[in-house]
Amino acid sequence: MNAPVVIDRRTVLAGAGALIVSFSLRRALAQQPKPDQGPKLPGSLARSPYLDSWIRIDADGTITVFTGKVELGQGFKTAFRQIAAEELDVDFDALNVVTADTKLTANEGYTSGSHSMQDSGTAIQHAAAQARALLVAEAAKRFELPAETLRTENAAVSAPDGRRLTYRELVAGDLLHVQAQSTSNLKDPAAFRVMGHKVPRVDIPAKVTGGAAYVQDMRLPGMVHARVVRPPSYGAQLTECDTAAVEKMPGVVKIVRDGNFLAVVAEKEFPAVKAMNALAAAAKWKESAKLPKQDDLTRVLTGLPSQDSTIFERSDPSATGAKTLEASYSRPYQSHGSIGPSCAVAQLVDGAMTVWTHTQGVYPDRQGIAEMLSMPPASVRLIHVEGSGCYGHNGADDAAADAALIARAIPGRPVRVQWMREQEHAWEPYGPAMVTKLKASLDANGKIADWSFAVWSNTHSMRPGGAGALLAAQHMAQSFAVPAPKPLPLPEGGGDRNAIPIYTFPNAHVVHHFIPAMPLRVSAMRALGAYHNVFSIESFMDELAALAGADPVQFRLDHLGDKRGREVIEKAAQGFGWTRGQTAPLNRGYGFAFARYKNLAAYCAIASEVEINRETGRARLVRAVAAVDAGQVVNPDGLANQIEGAIVQSTSWTLYETVSFDETRITSIDWQTYPILRFNAVPERIDVHIINRPGQPFLGSGETGQGPAAASLANAIANATGKRLRDLPLSRKRIKDAIDA
Amino acid sequence: MMTLKVNGRDHQVDADPDTPLLYVLRDDIKLNAAKFGCGLGQCGSCTVIVDGRAVLSCVTPVVLLGGKQVTTLEGLGTVAEPAPIQRAFMEEQAAQCGYCIAGMMMRAQALLLRNPKPTDAQIRAELEPNLCRCGTHMRILRAVHRAARLMDTADASSVTDRSVP
Repeated sequence: MNAPVVIDRRTVLAGAGALIVSFSLRRALAQQPKPDQGPKLPGSLARSPYLDSWIRIDADGTITVFTGKVELGQGFKTAFRQIAAEELDVDFDALNVVTADTKLTANEGYTSGSHSMQDSGTAIQHAAAQARALLVAEAAKRFELPAETLRTENAAVSAPDGRRLTYRELVAGDLLHVQAQSTSNLKDPAAFRVMGHKVPRVDIPAKVTGGAAYVQDMRLPGMVHARVVRPPSYGAQLTECDTAAVEKMPGVVKIVRDGNFLAVVAEKEFPAVKAMNALAAAAKWKESAKLPKQDDLTRVLTGLPSQDSTIFERSDPSATGAKTLEASYSRPYQSHGSIGPSCAVAQLVDGAMTVWTHTQGVYPDRQGIAEMLSMPPASVRLIHVEGSGCYGHNGADDAAADAALIARAIPGRPVRVQWMREQEHAWEPYGPAMVTKLKASLDANGKIADWSFAVWSNTHSMRPGGAGALLAAQHMAQSFAVPAPKPLPLPEGGGDRNAIPIYTFPNAHVVHHFIPAMPLRVSAMRALGAYHNVFSIESFMDELAALAGADPVQFRLDHLGDKRGREVIEKAAQGFGWTRGQTAPLNRGYGFAFARYKNLAAYCAIASEVEINRETGRARLVRAVAAVDAGQVVNPDGLANQIEGAIVQSTSWTLYETVSFDETRITSIDWQTYPILRFNAVPERIDVHIINRPGQPFLGSGETGQGPAAASLANAIANATGKRLRDLPLSRKRIKDAIDA
Repeated sequence: MMTLKVNGRDHQVDADPDTPLLYVLRDDIKLNAAKFGCGLGQCGSCTVIVDGRAVLSCVTPVVLLGGKQVTTLEGLGTVAEPAPIQRAFMEEQAAQCGYCIAGMMMRAQALLLRNPKPTDAQIRAELEPNLCRCGTHMRILRAVHRAARLMDTADASSVTDRSVP
């Protein structure tokens, strides 16, 4: 699987300037593990084991770090550079980072699931450390000194006698074209100069000065602008479209029609928009009314056929419950709602297609686009360029496919496609609606004796691989069918992500009802099922604590054995000033929640204070205090930024957001019909306490805040109003109705 | 053909009169900062300053802008020579994806030009039309406060909008 990638890369390397080949060094240094033998390599080295897939030192001394992951605004470009600078002993500013590009970087699949630090960060850390070891060994040979006596600093190796060789002088053609070993001589965290320290993000200067920072900002020579006319609803058929008048509009280059795929190309952007509007008015569609009832989603979802599996079972007959509680929670479909509609640029030159895209996965998206175009994947290159934040699988891949399909129709010319706001809102794959049903009993001591959890959900990933995942491929005349959905496997899971409680209960039973039928287009949205499952579990823990007459924080600690989890809970409670028996001021409430994302990534606890307007039902987050343990911290400010953002975004999801639809069409198609949080609802303050774990593995943290933030809010609202709300969003109307009930 | 004054320079623009300013800035004048977000005036990512006031360029036809001064984020400063508001956003690391940030900064800049010492409540009220999806709001607020302080202490030449003579 890696072979073609390596060959591509080698071609590129050869073009970058040939260097001396050092066969002897390779024999001397590397006890190479054979494939499928020996211990697993760290992080993504397991998939792409060659060091020069990750670190390259050119003849001119340029040092480049390669990652198959993409920058989505999480700050990876900076964090990866910190890691490489640290382990290579190179100045931070002397490094470049190249992100996902099917011609240049390793295949790391998708940038998703809070995996980037664990997968790519770990690979870069080990590759950098092993590259440094190879450079030191080469210097030792030339100095005729033992390697242990040498020091590395500022991209050079120096000997005690003052002799010094730079990495540029040491590196030989394929010095780094060796397979990684399973263990590395990593630096002692106590000696870190760059990692663990606050480093300004490398992408921010361009973003605050109007530099070209996004795919939306690309302007290639001869570039044309395209707009797509999307069907008005799922499954709509284009019955008639008189394009003659539109073709004559000024600046229109071409109309592309392929089945139900309709697009217009113009020399300039606004004429393309105008032509799109004219084309949309000319197009006649046959639609069908087959969407479910939006106000009855719980019954709709639990009534659909499901594949049921017990995913966790624990039994201790000696523990029996005295008091029992049951509750059901629900979440609507929700939008990623990127501020910038999806965009891509594509160009077909001499039978080779290049697509610049903000996809989260250049390799899988290439596979889908190549299949759609009936081209060999080797003739299709996808290059990641930043877009607006995506928070999961939004329209990015579809826009890339749109651009490629249109570019095929006008060979040679680069085609830029940007979606309109209403297209992004109506056609992006949503975060799936979900239902959970919980039941638990307390024993005589007020501890949970048995716990039952059931979740109903669609899949949480319909990402490409095949062409069938792409709208353009679904709409073209020789259409590709949407692939059969599959549940994402545990331990990470999809709809059942975080469904298994982290707490220790003597009896526990967890069932995943996987629903294959997808009435609305769905896919991955930040935290997947963990958002709703943690909302459910952590709301229910508060309900049980109330039943037990226990403090919610203490109640959690009483059921949690995980030491790092306990420390995170204690830190957040302490930072908030949480006290047993506390009473919030009038119309205010305090709430707490905790989770470890996927039960294997970063830990996060959040305490919240809300204020309720009893007249209007409006809930406002006043302040939030979070504690997070993400293992070894690379860029503390970047981590804090992620957690702050998670709290604000999850507050928006939790208080306001619902995708709306009638029997035929999606009706939430802009910010008026899909309102999100604005500045009037921004809290007074958010504090993030980071528990650093020097030398411990990186734990993905990009999604860990979503669930705890939601439940913490819900618990604070319950604390303020005395009423428990179990259906998301916790809207003004629902709060008002609960208060008035 | 009309003349449009952007960031202190005259540009001859060949666009239909109903073309929104945003498309002229991006497509004709090749500027990056003002972003297409909604085309409906709902999100603020296209915000620029026209004669000192924040304007949603995606719903402002270019025909209305004859004789007016248009300022985009590019007109405030550069990476090497950042304006106070740009320095403040860098120092506060006030961006995640950053797509909304140029619009945020221009609206904040317009506020600071007419009210150099805004209260927190005034900043929040001013930024109400602008959406951020990453949840960077706390940092944006801190950055605007910082920009106000920087402008207060900076020398006068870097305080004013350089593009306006």
